[in-house]
Amino acid sequence: MKTIDKSNLDKIISILKKDGYTVIGPTVKDGAIIYDEIESTGDLPIGMGDEQDAGTYRLTKRNDEAYFGYVVGPQSWKKFMFPQRLKMWDAQRNGKGFDINLPKAPPPRYAFLGVRACDLRAIFVQDKVFNNGTFADSYYNNVRKNIFIIAVNCTQSDGTCFCVSMKTGPKAKQGYDIALTEIINKNEHYFLLDEGTLKGSELASKLNFAKAGDAQIKAAASAIMAAEVNMKRTMNTAGIKDLLYNNHDHPIWTEIATRCLACANCTMVCPTCFCSNMEDTTDLTGDHAERWRRWDSCFSLDYSKVAGGSFRTSTKARYRQWMTHKLASWIDQFGTSGCVGCGRCITWCPVGIDITKEVENLRSSPKIKS
Amino acid sequence: MANKKPRLAVYKMSSCDGCQLSLLDAEDELLDVLGGVEMAYFPEASSKMQKGPYDIGLVEGSITTPRNVEEIRQIRKECKILITIGACATAGGIQALRNWKDTKEFTKIVYASPEYISTLDRSMPVSAFVHVDFELRGCPINKYQLIEVLNAFLNSRKPNIPTYSVCIDCKLKGNICVLTAHGSPCMGPVTQTGCNALCPSYDRGCFGCYGPMDSANTSSLAKQFKQMGFSKFDVMIAFRSYNAYAEAFRKESEANEK
Repeated sequence: MKTIDKSNLDKIISILKKDGYTVIGPTVKDGAIIYDEIESTGDLPIGMGDEQDAGTYRLTKRNDEAYFGYVVGPQSWKKFMFPQRLKMWDAQRNGKGFDINLPKAPPPRYAFLGVRACDLRAIFVQDKVFNNGTFADSYYNNVRKNIFIIAVNCTQSDGTCFCVSMKTGPKAKQGYDIALTEIINKNEHYFLLDEGTLKGSELASKLNFAKAGDAQIKAAASAIMAAEVNMKRTMNTAGIKDLLYNNHDHPIWTEIATRCLACANCTMVCPTCFCSNMEDTTDLTGDHAERWRRWDSCFSLDYSKVAGGSFRTSTKARYRQWMTHKLASWIDQFGTSGCVGCGRCITWCPVGIDITKEVENLRSSPKIKS
Repeated sequence: MANKKPRLAVYKMSSCDGCQLSLLDAEDELLDVLGGVEMAYFPEASSKMQKGPYDIGLVEGSITTPRNVEEIRQIRKECKILITIGACATAGGIQALRNWKDTKEFTKIVYASPEYISTLDRSMPVSAFVHVDFELRGCPINKYQLIEVLNAFLNSRKPNIPTYSVCIDCKLKGNICVLTAHGSPCMGPVTQTGCNALCPSYDRGCFGCYGPMDSANTSSLAKQFKQMGFSKFDVMIAFRSYNAYAEAFRKESEANEK
C-alpha cells in the first residue's frame, strides 16, 4: 500500500495520456455526473456531491474539495465497450454484386479513472456476456483488452445504492490496475493507492508516493466502512432464482405494470443490460448499404417482434422478463447475477420503481408452486 | 424495382403545410429523392400537376370538412400506397382541440356569415376514413424520417421508424434526464421518438409532438406529474396538444378534465 497526495492525480492522467490512452473520468454535464474524456483533474466534479432516491437525482455542492465525493450517475462504462450505435459493416454495389467493407479504425485505448466497485463488477459481468467461450464480440473485446482501470473505492453511499447486499462493493476487490481510496480530514487530503496488476505497479512507481502507514490504512478502511454502514437499501438474494422462477403468475406483475412506463430508462442506465438491435440502412440510390447495431431494450414492443408479431405484448410480460432475467436466469446463463446493486434503475426510473422493493413484495406474498 | 420511376403525389387536407414543406426542406437529399421518384403531383412545389394514378401518395392534414372526406376517398383510389404525414393526418392535429367544443358556436363567433361554412364536428385522422399503409408521426414530421420511409420503399426494405419512447433516444444521445435530474415535466416516457429527442437535448421537457408510443402508460406518468406538484389541469393540457385526439392521450386528458 502506498499513499499519494492529490497532485499525483494529474500526474497519473498525463502519464496515461503520454502512453496513448484516452483518459475517461467523471465530469459534470447538465446537472449530473457522467463519464467522458478528461484532460486533467480540472475536469473532475471537484467539491460536488449527489443526492439520489427512487425517481430523483440532484447534483449538490459539498463543503469540501473532494475529487470523488459522489457515487454513480446515469451513464455507466458500458458505452465505451458496447457503444450506443456501432457500424458493423457497409456494402457498396459493384456491378451485379457488392463489396463488403469492415470498419478499419483501430479500437480506442481507454484509461478509466474513477471506476466504482459496482461498476467494476458490471464490467466483469459484461465480460461474460461478450466473451463467454461460445460467443465473443470482437469490438467489445478489442477495446476491453487494452483498458487501464483505476478504481475508486466508495467512501459514501447514496439513497439508491445496495452494493453491500449484492456483495459487489463498496470496496473494489479485483479487476483493477490501481485502486484509490480518497481520504479527507481537517488537515489532509490524500489517496491510499493499491496496486492490482503489474501495469498498475509500473504506473505507481512513477508517482511521488510514500509507504502507507497503519493509521492511513485504517483511515481508508473506516472511510469505506462508512459507505457500507450508511447504505439504505438492501436486496435479499436468498433463493432468488426459485423466488422468480416459481412466481411467474404472481399478481405482483400486473400491479407493477400499472406503474411501469415501459420507457426503457432502467435498461439504458443499467451497467450490465446488453440488448441491441440491428438496423439496415441504404442510401436513396440503393448503391450503398450499412448495418448498424444500436442499443435496444426488452421493454420496447418491437424487441420481441418475430414473424407473426411481438410475443411480449404487455408491459407486465416485459417487466417480468427484465427482472427475471436480471436476477435469476442471468445466473443460469452467465454464472452470475446480472444485478450489481448500483441503484441506477431505481434513481432513473421516472416513476421510481424500486427493484429491491419489488423483490421484497414478491417475498412477502410468494405464490410458490407446490 | 421496375425501370420506370415510381410516381409520387403529395396532398394536403386541413393543415399548416409544415409537413409537406419538410420534403422541400430536405435540401441535401432532394435531388436524390427526385432521382428515385417522379414528382407527379405536388402543388406546393410545382404548378405542373400530372394526373394519377400514383404509386405513393403522401397526405398531410386532418379531415375536417365534408370536402376533405370526398377528397381523401378519391386520393385512396388514386394511390397504390398511402402514407399519412404529421400529427394532423395521423391524429387530427392541434385543430382536434375543437373536438371537445361546439363547432357551430365557433363558426357563429368567428364568421360574419356562418351559413357559408361547411365543416365537420370533429377533426379526424385520415385513417378514420380510408385505409392507410403507413403513418409517419410528428408536428412537424422529421424530414430524415420522411426520407427514410421513401428510401425504404424505393429499396424494398423495412423503414427504420421506431415506435418506442423518446427516453431511448435521450439515453442513446447521452442526454441527462430532465424529469429525474431537473424535475421538469417531460412527456418523453409516453411519447414515440422520431425527433431525436429534440427538446430534452435543449433542457426542455418533451411536448409529445410525436404522439403516444407503442405502450404508453399515460396514467402512471400523469400520477407522477401530480406528485411533482402539477395540477389536474396542467396534466390535462399536457396531454391535450398536437396529438390531443390520439387515443391514449385523449383518454388521459379526459380523465383529468374535471
